[in-house]
Order: sequence, then C-alpha cells, then structure tokens
Amino acid sequence: MQFPGRRKKVIGSSQNDLYDHCLQFYGQPPLENISLTEFETFAVERLKLLKSVENIGVSYVKNSEQYVKKLDAEFSSLNFPLRTELGDRRVQGGTSEYEKRRKDHISHFILRLAYCQTEDLRRWFIQQEMDLFRYRFGELTSKHKTDFLHKNNLKYETVSAEEKKSLKDKLITSSYGLSGITVEEYDFYKVPFQDALDLVRTRKVYLLAGNAYIPHHEIVTIVLNDFRTRLSKALAMTARSLPAVQSDERLQPLLSHLSHAYVGQDYSIQKNMGKISLEQIDALSGKSFPLCMRHLHKALRENHHLRHGGRMQYGLFLKGIGLTLDQALQFWRSEFVKGKVDADKFDKAYAYSVRHMFGKEGKRTDYTPYSCMKVILSNPPSQGDYHGCPFRHSDPELLKQKLQNYKVSPSGINQLLPMLAEILELVKGMHYQLACQKYFELTHNVEDAGFSLNHPNQYFTESQKLLGGGLEIKKEVDMSQRSQENPANMTRPSQANSKQAHEEMGDLDSFFQDE
Amino acid sequence: MSTSDYDPACLPDLLPLYYRRLFPFSQYYRWLSYGGVSKNYFQNREFSFTLKDDIYVRYQSFTTQNELEKEMQKMVPYKIDIGAVYSHRPSQHNAVKSGTFQALEKELVFDIDMTDYDDVRRCCSAADICSKCWTLMTIAIRILDRALREDFGFHHLLWVYSGRRGVHCWVCDDAARKLSVAARSAVAEYLSLVKGGEETVRKVVLSDPIHPFINHSLSVVERYFQQYAIVDQDILGSKESVDKVLAVLPEDIKKDLAVSFKDEKDPMKRWNLLCDLVLRKKSNSKKGGQYFDKEIMLQYCYPRLDVNVSKGVNHLLKSPFSVHPKTGRISVPIDLKELDTFDPFEVPTISLICEELEKPRAEEAEEDDMKDKENEQEAGERRRIRDYKRTSLAKYVKVFDRFLEAMARSRKGEMLKKSDLQKDF
Repeated sequence: MQFPGRRKKVIGSSQNDLYDHCLQFYGQPPLENISLTEFETFAVERLKLLKSVENIGVSYVKNSEQYVKKLDAEFSSLNFPLRTELGDRRVQGGTSEYEKRRKDHISHFILRLAYCQTEDLRRWFIQQEMDLFRYRFGELTSKHKTDFLHKNNLKYETVSAEEKKSLKDKLITSSYGLSGITVEEYDFYKVPFQDALDLVRTRKVYLLAGNAYIPHHEIVTIVLNDFRTRLSKALAMTARSLPAVQSDERLQPLLSHLSHAYVGQDYSIQKNMGKISLEQIDALSGKSFPLCMRHLHKALRENHHLRHGGRMQYGLFLKGIGLTLDQALQFWRSEFVKGKVDADKFDKAYAYSVRHMFGKEGKRTDYTPYSCMKVILSNPPSQGDYHGCPFRHSDPELLKQKLQNYKVSPSGINQLLPMLAEILELVKGMHYQLACQKYFELTHNVEDAGFSLNHPNQYFTESQKLLGGGLEIKKEVDMSQRSQENPANMTRPSQANSKQAHEEMGDLDSFFQDE
Repeated sequence: MSTSDYDPACLPDLLPLYYRRLFPFSQYYRWLSYGGVSKNYFQNREFSFTLKDDIYVRYQSFTTQNELEKEMQKMVPYKIDIGAVYSHRPSQHNAVKSGTFQALEKELVFDIDMTDYDDVRRCCSAADICSKCWTLMTIAIRILDRALREDFGFHHLLWVYSGRRGVHCWVCDDAARKLSVAARSAVAEYLSLVKGGEETVRKVVLSDPIHPFINHSLSVVERYFQQYAIVDQDILGSKESVDKVLAVLPEDIKKDLAVSFKDEKDPMKRWNLLCDLVLRKKSNSKKGGQYFDKEIMLQYCYPRLDVNVSKGVNHLLKSPFSVHPKTGRISVPIDLKELDTFDPFEVPTISLICEELEKPRAEEAEEDDMKDKENEQEAGERRRIRDYKRTSLAKYVKVFDRFLEAMARSRKGEMLKKSDLQKDF
C-alpha cells in the first residue's frame, strides 16, 4: 500500500471482480492507495468487530442461536459484509456491499501488521479471525459455499449419487446426525484425509482409500484448517517485513497502539461533573466502584497514601465519575495529611500532579481515565502498589478472599460460592473483564450485567443506572453540601468541551501517556 | 530344532559373520533408496547403532551401499535403528546452522508390543510370549493392515517380527513418508480403541452409531475370539478372571451373571449367557450404546498401539534384519499370506543361520564358485546371496524381495502416468 498523505483516491469499478464474493481468504493484499483517516478508521472498526467476536464467543456457545443473533447485530452496526449479493442494490444512504467488502479486505491486512509481532498477538488474531470466518461461512447459502470452495482452489470433488448409494449405510454410521434421507440429499465431498485430520482423529467421518467423505455442513472444518494454515504462514511473513512498515512515522504509533487499543467511550466528557460529593465516595466505593478502584480507595484510606501508579489510576477514575479539580485536591490532601505528609509538602509535591491530571499543568493535556485494557496490560503493580486489575494481578487465593469480604448483596452464601467459582474460572481463562462483569452481577444481585465491560468508569455509570439514578436524587443534597465546602474555588472548568475534535491519532496517543 | 542354542555371549563372534555374509545389504539399500527418485534420500537417512557394552551412537549416515557395509562390518552393531531422512547428512549435523537441520520424511510406523496386553493375557507376562497369546499379534496385523490399506489407501506395508515380543509395521508409500506429525498422530488415534491405564477398568466404550472401522475390526476379532479368549485364555474359567471380565459391566448385568455362573461352569456357555443378557438389556433400554459384549471382545483382543512411536517424524525404530540381542532372533518380514501359520518360535536365530552357513555345500554351489573365479568383483556379492539362500533366512528375504518388487512396479506406474500427462512419449 502507498501512503501519499491525506489524499483520498477513488477506486475504479474494475476492482469489482476483486470483491465478487462476500467472503474471502485474504490471499491477496490490497493494492490501492488510501488515506490515513480511512486506514485508521478501518483498523479500529475491525478491531471492534474482533473484540465483539471474542466477547460474544465467551458469553455464548459458538454458533448457537444467540451467538449468531448477537454477531449479526455487531455486523450491521459496524458495516461489515455478511450475506448479500454484490449488485447494484444500495441501501439509501448506507454503505454499499462493495464498500463493505473493500473495508473487510483492507482492515484485515492492516490488523495483520499490528498483530503479527508476538506469538500471543498472532494467536489472538488467528483465533478471532477464525471464529469470524466460521460464522460468516456458516451464514452462506449452499451454492455460495461451493462457489467459495471453487474460487479458492479447494478442488474437492463431490461424491456421485451412485457412490453415495452404495456407501449409504457406511456414511450414515460414520458421521453424526445423518440419516438415509440426508445422505441422499446432501452433497458429500471427497477430501484427502490429510486435509481432514480433526475428523479423522476422532473417527467422525467415513474413510475410504485415503479419502474422507465429508458432508456439506462439515466442510467448514476443512476450510477452517486451511484458513488457519494460510493465515499463520502469512503472519510469519508479515512479521519479517514489519521493520520496513514501522519505519513509516505515520503508521508506527497507530500500529503499536492498535494491539492495545481501547475502542469505546473515553469518559473524558464528564456528564456528571460536580455531582459527586466527597462524603459519598466511601459509600460509592462499596456499591458502584469496580473492584480495582474499590481496592485502591480502601488502600488509600488505610495507608493515607498511594504511589504514583495508584494515584493515576484512581485519580483519573475519580475525575471520570465527576470529581472537580478542587474536590480532587481536597480529597487527596485530606487523606495524605492524615499520614506522613503535611499540608505544605502536599501542596508542593502532590498537588501539582493532581492538577496535571486535570490538564492544568505542563502540556495541559487533559488525561482520560484508564480503560480496562490499559489497566490490565500496562504497568503491572509491584510490592507496595495497589493499582492494576485485581483479577489479573492478584493471587487467586487472595482474590477469592477479597471477593468473599466484599460481597454487598444481602443474598445468602448459596449464591456467593458458585459465582465465585465462575469468576475464578474466568480469571483462569484470562477473561479478566468478564470476571469483573461477573463481580458486578454478584454485587448488584442481577443475572446479566447488560453491558460489555471495557472501562472502570463504565462500570460506575452502569452501576449508578442500575441502582436507580442515585445521582439525580443526590443533586439537591450535593448542592447543599457543597455550599459547606469551598465555594470560592468552585469553578466550572471548560474541559467539558472538545474531545469531539480530537478524533485523530493524537487522541490515541493520549490514552497511553504514562504520566 | 530350529532355535538352535543361542547364547548372547556368542554375539561378538556371530555378528561379524552375519554382517559379512548374511545381512541382505543390496535389498536393504534398494529399499531405503526408494528408486532414487529423491536426491540424497539414502544419504540423508539417520541410522543409530547400539554397540557392544551398550554404547549408543546416533546420527550415523552413509553415502553408498558400500560404505554402509564397510561401516557395519567395522562397528558390528548389536542393534540397528532406522530414523528419518533429514535435510542434511546426519553425520554432518553439527556443521549445519542450528535450526536448519530438520527431519523431513520417514515411513509411517507402528509398534505393537505384547507387554501392553498384560492386563488381559493370563498365559504370559512381560517379555514372555507363547503360541496362545501370539494370536493377539495375528489379530492386530489383520485389523491394522486392512485399515491402513482400505481406509487410508496405503499400499506398501512391511510387517516385521521384532525379534521378541511384538511386531512392527513400516508404511512405505510416498504419501506416508511425507506425513506431518499431526497427520501421523491423527492416523494413530483413528486406529486406537483401547484407552486408559491401570486406573481404568472399562477401557473400550462404544456408542451409537458404530463407525464402519469398528465394525470391520469387530468382525476380525469375532473370528478369533472364541478360540483365543474363551478356550486358550480361559477368561471365563477361574473366578479371578471371571471377576475381571465382569468388572467392566454395569451392576445389574454383573449381578445376574454372577448368579447364572454359579450353575453354569462351561466357559463357552457362560459367554453365550453374557451375550444374550446384554442383548436383552439393550432392547429394553431406551438409551443406545449397550454393546458390552463387543466392548469386552475389543478390550481383550483389539490392537494396542503406542501412539508416540507413530507420531514423531524423527522417531527411531528397530531395523528389519537386525538381531535381537536377548533372543538372537532376526527381525524378519512377515508374509501376510501365511499369517495364520507364522510361528515366532520358528524364526531363525543368528546362531542357527551361522551354523547353516558352515554346512557342506551342494553341487550347485561349486559351479558358482567357478564363475566367481572369473569375476572377482561381483563374486563377493554373489557369494553373499548364495550364502543366505542356504540358510533359513532365505524365505524371509524373499518376502522382502516381493515387497520391493511391488514398490518398484508402483513407481514405474507413477512415472508412466506422469509422462502420459506431460505427453512425454
């Protein structure tokens, strides 16, 4: 791909043949020019899609009805191609099928660049792309499936009707869920056994003279194996040519952040600014804070101190839930002063960093509260630290104890233990955010959190919503309480404006500032 | 007496004679060259030798048949193993950049060892075998040979007696030699039905529908089961073995049978009672999968493979025609046409064949001697061929020859097909 700057080049319709099927193996990289904006947008959208694939895949049985329904919804909202024919039909004002396929093609290749670098990233990418492919292949009609096979040189012959007849009994007893009728109706493919190892290994297929007789609906397994092999090889090759790409300054920051990117709301626009009073924080920490913040708050209260990592993570979170700069300063000062730090020292050393968090010092970048991804992946805590994600960074035994102590809901122990077990299972499977979601369900006594957890402030907002819009009611109380605090310093900073403007890469950069 | 008196202490004297005059080098070389289709196929093959005093050397490789002979005659290995064909000459593997020396191809192999059946055979245990339990090997060979040929489409299988307590199978087809680790392990798992170690009582579990492969295997087992298990192994005779058989059955069937067996002592009739009861319970129950009688047959007779032997491309396996140091027997190819009459105790030992060498020579031999005097070069080879022909080894080398012929014909067929396709007349 060439990157001649922010120009956008229009693609001619000769490219139509390139996208004559809604599904592809991504064998050929795109050869056109695109703008950096499109580059970034495409990448981020595909990433959102893959993350949904991952989350939905953990929450629902793959390829079950709910799974398909949920994924369908994601597909439409993100404008990726699904089933429709490539034709002139263009939804009024919407994206054409051709454009969707083009996006699919290009975004896949961009993400290859971001995800080829380490074994873990490759594994994750391959897994999600495979699940995505399996889902999309399953949604194709029979004819489209065959078309796809032929277009991609999977020249598997179909078994003739006479052969099927002579082998009928054997076919019925070797594949799951087949009857005499289905054997007659369905197509069977003759595939060399080396291409169907999973089915051979488990003896789920009929073998004759080195060929596996695969019913039409199982052909996806074969195709998937092929897909995985090709993608794996391609990623290895991409990794080798990566240095050349990374030397392009325009791309390097985006690519290195994509693999850690948070793609949801950033909680920098505080809707509830000034609606929280300091007195409420203790209660809120028990009811509506995610475990990480609750943990940090408790440590702050107990030790009257938090180290830098903890101050950043907690401090930005508090900003996100609505604390003003002055409230924050008061909050931190009052706590630190109870410890080893006197008011003077606080003003000299720590106040600066609080103001920095609010964009009042130095670069004047208004920092955004950390997403779950950032908390989980960056800056692991060491001895004496209380930041990070407890589901990721705590020892499982300690985590279990903590959870048992923190249970808020009045329901009995019977509900607690099985939920604890579920949480620990999720932790073992490295689904930390899902574990925290379960913690949400546990403490709020609900069956389904109703949201996909990506950000601590999202946890807070959802919790407050669930607990009945507590903030609204508290508004009056707040006002009266606040008048007892420092009315003089009560200003309304104008930060609430402008994140909308920053939709370019600068924004992504600020997500990951390690200040 | 064909075993002769084999004494391991004689090996140092017998082996040199064996390697000089009896080991079928030219057929061996012909085998491992595979028609010279791939360059350096023989040269890049790994051999490993176990020398006197258990000294083990790996990464042996040879450039010509002559070199192979000279080295073997010099080193006099007690055991010979064959490994994979590598990317470079194994003997030079240290000179190759690390990571680039790789195993590329090898025959697909299977190793059936009688000790894996110790929990189900009463006549012998550990390294011992007898004519009664040898039937297990016959069953294994029939089942696996059919599956490898009919299900997997392989054609060139060499079955070899290991020399003591088992058999090996070398699948030599081109496609087999090129199989990946994953493919080999998939084939081995497809062929595995008996699962579980000491802790598992019920080692075979069948459920509906029964795969055609299992049905084929069952029909082989059924042919031998009565004579082998009920009569020879007497599995329903003594209380101890009856308990073992019943242990895999569900409680209700077990109880009923325990009662009936009090009155019925005849093992054959007991087996029929068992089968009838299982059938009756099956027709009453809604759930599928009541095949306990079949499961018992399979648990007692079905081949037990070591998947690890088959998985690895670089796995080393005992070479055909090597000597078993403990028994003195030669690892000879088995003629499947005579499988039912194969007797491991009739397999020649090294002492026997060396003895046979010394016997007075027939007239025919003297004529050949005169021819030799005319052409010294080929004399050595011809002599060796005459030599093994005079011994009990002859018929086994013939089996090997037929195997090699079949491969050669098939290679020719392939080349004709290819040249036809290329219109290369």
